[in-house]
Amino acid sequence: MIKNQSYKVEEPFIVRLKKDLKVNTSLYFIVLPVVLFYLVFRYFPMYGTLIAFKNYSPGLGIFGSPWVGFSHFIRFFTGNFFVRVVSNTFILSFYELLFGFPMPIILAILINEVRSRRYRKLVQTVTYMPFFISLVVVCGMIVQFSATDGIINDIIYLFGGRRVPLMQRASYFRPMFIISGIWQHSGWGSIIYLAALMAIDPSLYESAEIDGANRFQKIRYITIPSIVPTIVIMFILRMGRILNIGFEKIILLYNPSTYQVADVISSYVYRVGLTNFSWSYSTAVGLVNSVVNLMFLVAANKLSKKATDSSLW
Amino acid sequence: MSRKIKGSLGERIFDFSNISIMFIAVILTLYPMVYILFASISEGSQLMMHTGLLFWPVGEISFAAYNIVITSQLIMGSLANTLFVVIVGTAVSLGMTCLGAYFLSRKNVLLGGPIMFFIVFTMFFRGGLVPEFLLIRNLGFINSLWGLIIPFSINTFNMIILRTAFKAIPDSMEESAKLDGANHWTIMVRIMIPMIKSTIAVIVLYYAVEKWNAWFWASILIRDRSKLPMQVVLREILIESSSAGDLGGGGGADSDSELAVAQTVKYAAIIFATVPILFVYPYLQKYFVKGVMIGAIKG
Repeated sequence: MIKNQSYKVEEPFIVRLKKDLKVNTSLYFIVLPVVLFYLVFRYFPMYGTLIAFKNYSPGLGIFGSPWVGFSHFIRFFTGNFFVRVVSNTFILSFYELLFGFPMPIILAILINEVRSRRYRKLVQTVTYMPFFISLVVVCGMIVQFSATDGIINDIIYLFGGRRVPLMQRASYFRPMFIISGIWQHSGWGSIIYLAALMAIDPSLYESAEIDGANRFQKIRYITIPSIVPTIVIMFILRMGRILNIGFEKIILLYNPSTYQVADVISSYVYRVGLTNFSWSYSTAVGLVNSVVNLMFLVAANKLSKKATDSSLW
Repeated sequence: MSRKIKGSLGERIFDFSNISIMFIAVILTLYPMVYILFASISEGSQLMMHTGLLFWPVGEISFAAYNIVITSQLIMGSLANTLFVVIVGTAVSLGMTCLGAYFLSRKNVLLGGPIMFFIVFTMFFRGGLVPEFLLIRNLGFINSLWGLIIPFSINTFNMIILRTAFKAIPDSMEESAKLDGANHWTIMVRIMIPMIKSTIAVIVLYYAVEKWNAWFWASILIRDRSKLPMQVVLREILIESSSAGDLGGGGGADSDSELAVAQTVKYAAIIFATVPILFVYPYLQKYFVKGVMIGAIKG
């Protein structure tokens, strides 16, 4: 144990704090820039959310702008966009969960079954790679490939279909969004499951082999049960982010002809706030989103504590 | 005996199908990039008429598109801006992250717990887009590359990864260094950081990739076109589809051939912006993966 415990537990907090600040002065100096960073760039904007209850004007500042109570919130909840953006957020998130969540698990199990080490390494290297390609490039590729003279339409055409400007059609937005997400994230997402698979005791497989189990049976009765805890944790964490669709990919890909399915809460916040400059209203919508997110996360964490005994805090 | 043979046949069928499925996965992952590579070195006019998959560049192999990319003032200027943000930004981020991670890894510091909570809380609740934008604007970061560096200098997740690494160093190191009269700064910089070099490498890579790929804040903070980072310029070229004429390519050419150039130039720009990462990535893969593992263990 390091002997720099500078205080006795019985002493009042102020006394302990004074002694601790004296003994650990240099440590507190080390952390000072970090604390300042969080105060300025993370906590000050939390104070800034007050403008959700005001009519912010830059000249008057956050403090001086007039209060308007909940009127921005009421405007959002009763407005035309409320149903659209909330349901789009849930639908997109649900599809992402339904199709995107199982892919890394399947991939990890299959990679784990590859016997040749070199081949396994190759598969891992290639499937992790798209994770590092920038979002702008990924979306650029989507736009190029789905143009009427792009490769996807070429294939549709070769099979006798008609050329369609895919990104201009609302009905194709969700599939394109989800599939490209799977392409970019499945490999990287499989790492965590592979790590869990590595930890399985090999003797389990050996004794299963002696009992005459085939590969499918081994997967079903050994591999899958041993990664269930990891799957549960990942699932609960994912549930905690259900309303948290990032707007970056949305605003790179959407356009007025696909707003009806593509516009989610966060992209709405962006558009209203930073392109229409309705700062207070946009902050109110963003605040609703963050609070609901936090509630989901807390609930998911509670659930996780109950179900798996592991939690974020 | 017969069961053994049957079993091994089943095994072989299993292995064969698994290898095939994995092969398909590899092709599906890789092909979009391969297609872009082939298209970027194809002849523009022939590429326009080509329909379907590419298994080799069409027409004569030509690097004309790359020539347009590397002689374009807009792209090369934006590359310089990106390099500035990546190099200076990663250095600032690494420094700040080390400071925080070292502090949080020390035991018996009275305010250690509260400060940890103070920091981790921001992972779950943020002020939101507009308040953060207004703050950055009011601090005078509009149109400055520093606005892409300072407000984004700490990624809390990276700091927790680094904290885990600091924590794993035995307490005896700090004790003996203290007996030798070393202070915290010396212990951190001279003794501990060299001991966790591989985690530092992970953090540097994460920050560098994050900053290389970042585009959103630049797109709203930077007004001056000469200060735009590369991803924002790429967005214009690839998604908002400004014509390749802007790049200083065939200025007075007829619109048809200009369009043909445009397509190959777009593909060349994708390769140009992605190659640095794809080139170093296979060598650094194990470090990247290590970061996920440490992160998964949870700080």
